Amino acid sequence: METINSALTAILANKLRSFLTMLGIVIGVTSVILLISLVTGLKTYITNQIQELGANLLIVIPGRIGGARSPGGVQANRLEFKDAVNLRSKLASEAQVSAAIQRNATLKFGNKLDKGVAVFGVETTYPQVISLKLTEGRFFNQSDRKVAVIGTTVKNNLFGEGKTTGQIIDVAGIKYTVIGVLGPRGAIFGIDLDNSIYIPISSSQKQFGIDRLNTIYISANSADSVKDVQQKATNLLKKRLSEDEFTVQTQEQTLSTISQVTGVLSLALGGIAAISLIVGGIGIMNIMLVSVTERTREIGLRKAVGAKPKDIRNQFLIEAITLSGLGGIIGIILGVVISFIIGRFFTTTVPWWSVILSFGFSTLVGVIFGVAPAIRASRLDPIEALRHE
Amino acid sequence: MSVIVKLSKVTKIYLSGEVSFQALKDIDLEVKKGEFLAIIGASGSGKSTMMNIIGLLDHPTSGTYKLDGHDTSRLQENTLAEIRNSKIGFVFQSFNLLARTSAIDNVSLPLIYAGVDSAERSKKAKQALEQVGLADKFSSHPNQLSGGQQQKVAIARALVNNPEIILADEPTGNLDTRSGEEVMAIFENLHKEGKTIIMITHEEDIAHHAKRKIRMKDGEIWKQ
Ligand SMILES: Nc1ncnc2c1ncn2[C@@H]1O[C@H](COP(=O)(O)OP(=O)(O)OP(=O)(O)O)[C@@H](O)[C@H]1O
Ligand SMILES: [Mg+2]
Repeated sequence: METINSALTAILANKLRSFLTMLGIVIGVTSVILLISLVTGLKTYITNQIQELGANLLIVIPGRIGGARSPGGVQANRLEFKDAVNLRSKLASEAQVSAAIQRNATLKFGNKLDKGVAVFGVETTYPQVISLKLTEGRFFNQSDRKVAVIGTTVKNNLFGEGKTTGQIIDVAGIKYTVIGVLGPRGAIFGIDLDNSIYIPISSSQKQFGIDRLNTIYISANSADSVKDVQQKATNLLKKRLSEDEFTVQTQEQTLSTISQVTGVLSLALGGIAAISLIVGGIGIMNIMLVSVTERTREIGLRKAVGAKPKDIRNQFLIEAITLSGLGGIIGIILGVVISFIIGRFFTTTVPWWSVILSFGFSTLVGVIFGVAPAIRASRLDPIEALRHE
Repeated sequence: MSVIVKLSKVTKIYLSGEVSFQALKDIDLEVKKGEFLAIIGASGSGKSTMMNIIGLLDHPTSGTYKLDGHDTSRLQENTLAEIRNSKIGFVFQSFNLLARTSAIDNVSLPLIYAGVDSAERSKKAKQALEQVGLADKFSSHPNQLSGGQQQKVAIARALVNNPEIILADEPTGNLDTRSGEEVMAIFENLHKEGKTIIMITHEEDIAHHAKRKIRMKDGEIWKQ
């Protein structure tokens, strides 16, 4: 207790210097808290998004996840509409299937423009497969051709508060009739999911001249049959495609992939933050060594009046820990405040363990980098120390 | 009266690189409990060196030092610290007070290392400050005190643990005559209370206050 008091006195005696010394730790801890809150927020968000799609969902994408080549990567996409047709007919009794292709396009309505809108070509089964909800109008059926169902951002950009259904919009040069509006879905990685429209896949293929699919969505009729459907879909696709030309993934697998990605992300970011903490620690060590030199006479005096080496060591160690711990607390407060502010634009979550972790880590930095100066102080010869100018 | 400090054939040789310097040569000295001793001598004659050995801040190169009848040569660093804390009080020429620390906290310092609790510490520190006539300066910081007052705080610090011996290395060296006399009056009172006092000084006037004087020259005591 005494030592903490005298540590605080010593720290306050040199306010600016102490603050500058703490800055390294403050920055380190702030970034740890921020990065963890961003990554955790991201993970929570993605997980929610995916779970909203339904636990029974399977997705087929070109390429191989976890293989030598990345999905949708360098090699040619060989996933075709006939694969979706084949899956639908063979899995008819246990699952719903919808193929999807995607292009970005500029939309026009009158003199209003909406650029970079994701245009999804999907089948009529799509709303059931990924549980989309409409707030206005209806989804298209087999007989519809040049029709579109729009997201809320597109609605706001083109129509504002005005009438939507029945309006004719221009999608990259072709006219489509709006027949429905989707409920809001939010943003992911800063990509606005509501800045998108859905048109019949046949129209989309014709207009953009694409015959390769981005995704085939399969929704198993029951949760118990997900694995079974995955196996069957894989076997069916393998008849035409080689094993590394497609991946059939369950939601569970998608979630674990995302966990892996965010895990690696956390580690990488955490590593960077840890480096800044270590740099902060070196700053503390440096200032403690200066402090030991400056206070050599004080050390000599303390020894003369009966301080044992361990008393001196503890005094300087506690000073270093107080310095780094204080830096940690300031960093935590700063990190929480900033992540709260960022939280208005992105999803952020500050998990309690990140607070404990970063506080623990910052005090540990104080211990590790404070030990050497403290031991040096404890070993000073009292007479030489008292004679020190 | 029992002998509290006994140096027998104490030598001190400083080695700095190739050169060695003999600062103390076969010193024999006895100081009895309750004595007020002044050590006088030219600069470099070895006074401080001998004082540091008596104060257990330094070891003799050879010879023995018995404190209160116990040989001190084999004591561990922690034991030495405990003895310095409980039996010895130091007063230095340059006061050596902690800056930005109140008189009370400066005086309390030895009590912290003695493991005395906070309430008791402040009580004893106040008593010691009253004893040296600084009852109105409890919370003053060193930079708010005159040199004489600072030295009185340092004496209070030396007294607070109720040590048997007070060691003062030129306690009036940085003070004007009047403050010097005030400090010496305190030492005389302490002597009357029965404390053993060993004081180094350059000045004959100051040495007069002591009941016994020894003179040192070139590392030897040449006049007891
Ligand atoms: N650490 C050391 N290394 C080498 N020589 C030393 C050391 N300490 C003291 N000396 C030498 O020992 C001699 C005695 O020193 P000491 O400090 O005991 O003198 P003193 O009598 O106290 O002098 P002063 O009155 O100036 O304080 C001096 O010549 C000094 O140079
Ligand atoms: Mg001297």
